[in-house]
Amino acid sequence: MNIAVLVKQVPDTTEIKIDKETGALIRKGIPTITNPDDLTGVELALQLKETYGGNIHAFTMGPSSAKNMLRELYARGIDEATLLSDKAFAGSDTWATSHILASALKNHSFDIVIAGRQAIDGDTAQVGPQVAEFLDIPHVSYVNSVIDYKDGILKVRKNEEHRMLTLNLPTPALITVLDEAAKPRYMNMFDIFKRSHLPLNQLTCDDLDVSLADIGIKGSPTKVKKTFNKSATQKQPKQTLNPEQAAQTILDFIEAKGGQS
Amino acid sequence: MKYTDGNNCFVYIDHDEGTINQVSLELLTEAKHLMKRLKTPEKVVAVWLGTFTDDIHKILDDYGADHIITCEREDLNHYDVMKHTTVISEMIDAYHPQSMLIGGTVKGRELAPRISARVHTGLTADATQIDLDGETHNLAITRPAFGGNLYATIITPDHVPQMATIRPGVFEAKTFEHTSLPTQETFQYDKALHSPIEVMDIEEKDTKRTNIADAKLIVSAGRGVKNCLDLVSDVAEHLNGEVASSRALVDGGIMSKNNQVGQTGHTVRPSLYIACGISGAVQHTAGMDKSDTIIAINTDENAPIFDVADLGIVGDAQAILKQLQKQLEA
Repeated sequence: MNIAVLVKQVPDTTEIKIDKETGALIRKGIPTITNPDDLTGVELALQLKETYGGNIHAFTMGPSSAKNMLRELYARGIDEATLLSDKAFAGSDTWATSHILASALKNHSFDIVIAGRQAIDGDTAQVGPQVAEFLDIPHVSYVNSVIDYKDGILKVRKNEEHRMLTLNLPTPALITVLDEAAKPRYMNMFDIFKRSHLPLNQLTCDDLDVSLADIGIKGSPTKVKKTFNKSATQKQPKQTLNPEQAAQTILDFIEAKGGQS
Repeated sequence: MKYTDGNNCFVYIDHDEGTINQVSLELLTEAKHLMKRLKTPEKVVAVWLGTFTDDIHKILDDYGADHIITCEREDLNHYDVMKHTTVISEMIDAYHPQSMLIGGTVKGRELAPRISARVHTGLTADATQIDLDGETHNLAITRPAFGGNLYATIITPDHVPQMATIRPGVFEAKTFEHTSLPTQETFQYDKALHSPIEVMDIEEKDTKRTNIADAKLIVSAGRGVKNCLDLVSDVAEHLNGEVASSRALVDGGIMSKNNQVGQTGHTVRPSLYIACGISGAVQHTAGMDKSDTIIAINTDENAPIFDVADLGIVGDAQAILKQLQKQLEA
């Protein structure tokens, strides 16, 4: 089973700071991590490989600092890693990013492409499905577990709001996975030393069959008009009350608002 | 394809064998408000795939559709990402809508990106606000990123349809006064539709599922009341409300994901939201700050939940709930 995993290096969001003047993200000095849902995808790929054999190839698009992330994934046990990095890629929206990723994937043969549900910086959940469309293969989003893989068919469970579906998905296909699909393992020191220096593939715009008109800011159908912090609403006076007073205040308040009880 | 001659706003009607998902009605209503604000009004067009009935026609009309385009094939009654992508993309090809709104449900967020890739247009994910971009027909769509720490307003200036998935619960579904039924048109698509994806089993998650998204009153539990959830339920019941919770209790396995409010859970907008022992990180408030009225109870007077509260009480939620229970029973 040959597996491609799509991964993204993201800022560690709990550390996110916004420039209060400009509303822009302060990226300087912000630690980065592998997007958590993508790490789930990597772990799922490792488990599938353990059961069914094969090869795992991770792809990421990003600045050259993303190499560190790929080295960590080597230490986790993937077989090959490719960084897509070019100034011309900068500012790509999900359409352009998917177009670039799919162009790189087209040169390889895979049974399954695994992507995390969404990245914690953009929260769009769009790149996986868009890559599938560009590759002209079926996809299932929000996969909560892979049941098995037989005769080229991947059996998956998909989480919807009010129901759980079991689906047969003939490969080649793409899935996007929820964090409950697999729990990332701990890396061991031995693998970190032995594997993290494996060679990385690096591709630029020239290596791919993409037109400059379809990538980067220029090739992105969506544009960011502005970014802002949600302005904090005006603070309401807080009251410190004993439980009895508090309960009475709440009931009076509800009654004044139209009464619910 | 880059079209520039788009008009009208398409709304994808998400349904399960004829039962319409509430978010689609919310989008019809919002689209109607938007189209009315245009200098030269455009139509809200409901897009329906599958068996169509008079009852459905009436509902779509009530919530704001000016026109309905249907593709009435039995093999479209059940959602399938491959089949629905094909038919919707063919419709877009035929009609060139200016914009297309799709509910940000699991289905919608699986389907919309695929369509946007096929027809080559921009898609804004999980939007929480839609405005017109100045005097133009273009939409300016606002969405949270970084788990709600940052908001971005997105435009799609050179492609149509300008697509967006919209989070359920952000807009209110309202019925409109109307004089005549919206016109209906059939989109004839006769080619065979194939999907390699096969549904093997469907399992309803919760037989008595609470639907907090539609609740009028919500008593919501956070870490501060994790040891007295019976009390929370009891107070909610006395107030004819539903129980919800913050992510902390869901991750802790104490509450069901179905009850979770916030960025990764439901967006709710009840008349009254009572936050008990919830600190109120943006990931939580993003899902409830549109409630009409918010009461917050927390021991920490600096808890951010007080920033969105209409009534803030600094105190022990458990003790206060106990008093509430007592007074409600009296």
